[in-house]
Amino acid sequence: MDTGTWQVKVGLAQMLKGGVIMDVVTAEHAKIAEEAGACAVMALERVPADIRATGGVARMSDPTKIIEIMEAVTIPVMAKCRIGHIVEAQVLESLGVDYIDESEVLTPADEANHVWKHDFKVPFVCGCRDLGEALRRISEGAAMIRTKGEAGTGNIVEAVRHARSVMGEIRKIQNMSQDELAAEAKALGAPVDLVQEVKRQGRLPVVNFAAGGVATPSDGALMMQLGVDGVFVGSGIFKAADPERVAKAVVKAVTHFNSPEIIAEASKGLGDAMPGLDIRSLKEEELLAVRGW
Amino acid sequence: MNVPTIGVLALQGDFAEHLAVLRTLDIDTREVRLPAELEGLDGLIIPGGESMTMAKLMDSYALREPIRARVREGMAVWGTCAGLILLAKELEDNRPEPLGLMDMDVARNAFGRQVDSFETDLSVAVLGKQPFHAVFIRAPIIKQLRNGIQELASLPDGHVVAARQERMLATAFHPELTDDARFHEYFLSMVNS
Repeated sequence: MDTGTWQVKVGLAQMLKGGVIMDVVTAEHAKIAEEAGACAVMALERVPADIRATGGVARMSDPTKIIEIMEAVTIPVMAKCRIGHIVEAQVLESLGVDYIDESEVLTPADEANHVWKHDFKVPFVCGCRDLGEALRRISEGAAMIRTKGEAGTGNIVEAVRHARSVMGEIRKIQNMSQDELAAEAKALGAPVDLVQEVKRQGRLPVVNFAAGGVATPSDGALMMQLGVDGVFVGSGIFKAADPERVAKAVVKAVTHFNSPEIIAEASKGLGDAMPGLDIRSLKEEELLAVRGW
Repeated sequence: MNVPTIGVLALQGDFAEHLAVLRTLDIDTREVRLPAELEGLDGLIIPGGESMTMAKLMDSYALREPIRARVREGMAVWGTCAGLILLAKELEDNRPEPLGLMDMDVARNAFGRQVDSFETDLSVAVLGKQPFHAVFIRAPIIKQLRNGIQELASLPDGHVVAARQERMLATAFHPELTDDARFHEYFLSMVNS
């Protein structure tokens, strides 16, 4: 029996497809998310909107909190470590979390290097803004990719930009001849074998979710129609007026992403969505998506 | 004979992976998200995914009773991993509520957390001599088989991981994640029988 193989790392992400992964801060939140139909939860100390509001250094959560959440639900539990923080990743692996998000939402620990994720048995998910960044993370061992979007804003515009960029670059590669791929790999800053794999499969070689700014059922379905495999919702659930109803509605909209009448029904009377931010009003140092390379 | 139509429950999970294998078998396929999409199916696959999530979504669109009724009318059904859990009669921790179609007791997440997920070669007599490479992800096991349900495969420690009861099939692992289509062909032979 072989554990921690690439196949089982990528495989768990395949089981999450078509689903919604929700940020939760407490065991109580986690139960609400599971009850609403979340396929996994992301355990963290503060949701991104609060990280943004509080400022300071954002770190891995207290292990006590993560364990409480793991004990509260049977769906997979993910947790975040800082970019390049090898030891936070080791700690999360020792706790038995099901996936680690090496995340730009936390303050980076290393501004040059990401964690070498092949060294771990636990799988990792990482954010990207374009195909080159996605393939660099996969080459380091990420078994799942998500768009970065701009977390904690309730504004879908950056997630759309990142998903469009990844999908557009994949379509471009599909139309290239074999002898053009080496130069394309150089331009993308990505290993040529992964660029060849993208051409062969016509998609990223791992599961690809959307994240960063999903606030409504329609936002979730929009990302699915753009071609992602599933959706992360951060602040959008527990910063909404009625988290339970919003959570259920986003799950329905993601499952039935091609049925506007079902999305319309799910969207009725949800109360106020989380307050949103115009990305153009943010200062350069307030942008999270530019963290990592 | 007409080409059979096999549906894959597409509420959540790796339904696309099942559909990709089915498309190599020269049959008609369909994604199933709503009760009306069960009509005329010769077989239904309940894929891998999160059993809790699928159970909630099955109830939110009233799929539970129509699936049970179609299986009683003779539609073949196959559950992989989360699908096996949903087909069970009894679950060790009583949640989520399963469909209760196959006479077996099942324990969810029976091997531990994701770091304990594994792959291994299984001997499966109904597929022939060549072992079947099986991927187990936060997998369940069948604790007990009742009423003449047939064991198809077990691990060296004796845990049952595949079983058949009449036109119903259950595997704790994911034949849809490997390139070996023998389990899909076996299910197709059940559909056609």
